[in-house]
Amino acid sequence: MTDMTGLEIRHLTSDIVDVSDITVLPGRPIALVGPSGSGKSSLLRAIVDLDRNAGDVRLNGIRRDDLTAPEWRRRVIYIPAEPGWWGDLVGDHLNETDSTQLRDALGLSHIKHSQPIEQLSTGERQRLALALGLARHPTALLLDEPTAALDEESRTQVESLLDPMIAAGLVLIMATHDPEQARRLGLERLEIVAGRIGPDQTGDNT
Amino acid sequence: MTIDPGNGAVMLAAIFLIVNAALSLALQLGFVRQMAIAAVRMTVQLALVGLVLEVVLTSASAWLTFGVMGFMAAVAGYEVMARQERRFSGFWGYGLGATTMLMGSAVVTIFALVVQIGPEPWYAPRYAIPLFGMMLGNAMTGIALGLNALTGEVTARRRGIEAHLLTGATRWEAMKPAMRRAATAGLVPIINAMTATGIIALPGMMTGQILAGADPSQAVRYQLMVMFLIAGATGMGLVVAVIGGVIRLTDNRHRIRLDRLSG
Repeated sequence: MTDMTGLEIRHLTSDIVDVSDITVLPGRPIALVGPSGSGKSSLLRAIVDLDRNAGDVRLNGIRRDDLTAPEWRRRVIYIPAEPGWWGDLVGDHLNETDSTQLRDALGLSHIKHSQPIEQLSTGERQRLALALGLARHPTALLLDEPTAALDEESRTQVESLLDPMIAAGLVLIMATHDPEQARRLGLERLEIVAGRIGPDQTGDNT
Repeated sequence: MTIDPGNGAVMLAAIFLIVNAALSLALQLGFVRQMAIAAVRMTVQLALVGLVLEVVLTSASAWLTFGVMGFMAAVAGYEVMARQERRFSGFWGYGLGATTMLMGSAVVTIFALVVQIGPEPWYAPRYAIPLFGMMLGNAMTGIALGLNALTGEVTARRRGIEAHLLTGATRWEAMKPAMRRAATAGLVPIINAMTATGIIALPGMMTGQILAGADPSQAVRYQLMVMFLIAGATGMGLVVAVIGGVIRLTDNRHRIRLDRLSG
């Protein structure tokens, strides 16, 4: 047990990734970079325990293995690049936490609960998933290319929503292909190559 | 009075297959081969089963009775597996369908024999074997359809189920829609059969009894009892099979485990 705050990946292995000693402090977000297929999404899936994996992962000193998977996933929230939907309608995915403000902030106020998910554009779905995820008050947030399908205006909306959250101490890992975005949000770069931490990774290079 | 059709009369009925074959050839529909194989298989299988039943019924041996029933269950278990588009790997591929089907059928058959019909001895093959066979046949269809729907559903909707899991849902919460679809798929045949029975179709068993000279109201009572039993055996076996399938398709960290399917 440590008093370490933030997300601590002491080691983590799955079929695809094998990493160790990654620490993400509150307010010190990380940009996961690397070519397509390098294992960025697989690493995020492994952290949130969605794929079979082994390792020692802790959040604010609490070991992942000491929590049930649903408990862990209520604290560590992962939003895939192409979010999935288990119901047909927008309303099927709204839960007890109110996401109205977040949806408004992301330019989704026109979307009705009765609307089929299928009718939304890719970008709208991506923003809706983000709004619903943020509404669940994550302790740690894992974003996979959150603005890949967005136009510039929506991307700005997402960034200006995340910025104050980071400043307020959000633990954030974001997989991104966009170095400009990483710079704007002040993300530290962590390169993943073939499921491992990249060779040119020498600590802080903000 | 019953009229026993002789072998000649039976062969005469096969004339209609030849008519079908002629149609198929004339219109190039291409089902001659399949139909011929099916007809020959049926003839051989039924002739053999007639012989076996005669031996078993006259012997009234417990060993022979349970041996025949065990063989039937083993073959039906294989059939459940063979009908799966995606099979569970390892023992579960055969075991899940076979054990749940056997369980549902055995519970219901024993109940019917001991409580309802009451032959002496309770496993009297004249009652036990046909009843068990009907339970197995229907449970087999229901469980095969149900498991097929479950694995198909989880494979097709994996992303949605994972999205639900990512909100902190348990595997049971996230799998509920898939379970519901699987249960429905497995129960459709028996529900349809109960709905249509007596109006659109006279069930084969009842028709057979009436043709063989039984009193129609007795035939109806048997048919009703058998339909209830079939619904019971199929439903019980199916529910356990679907729960077992969910346990196998997920793990205790609430992850989807499609790696436990093969092919």
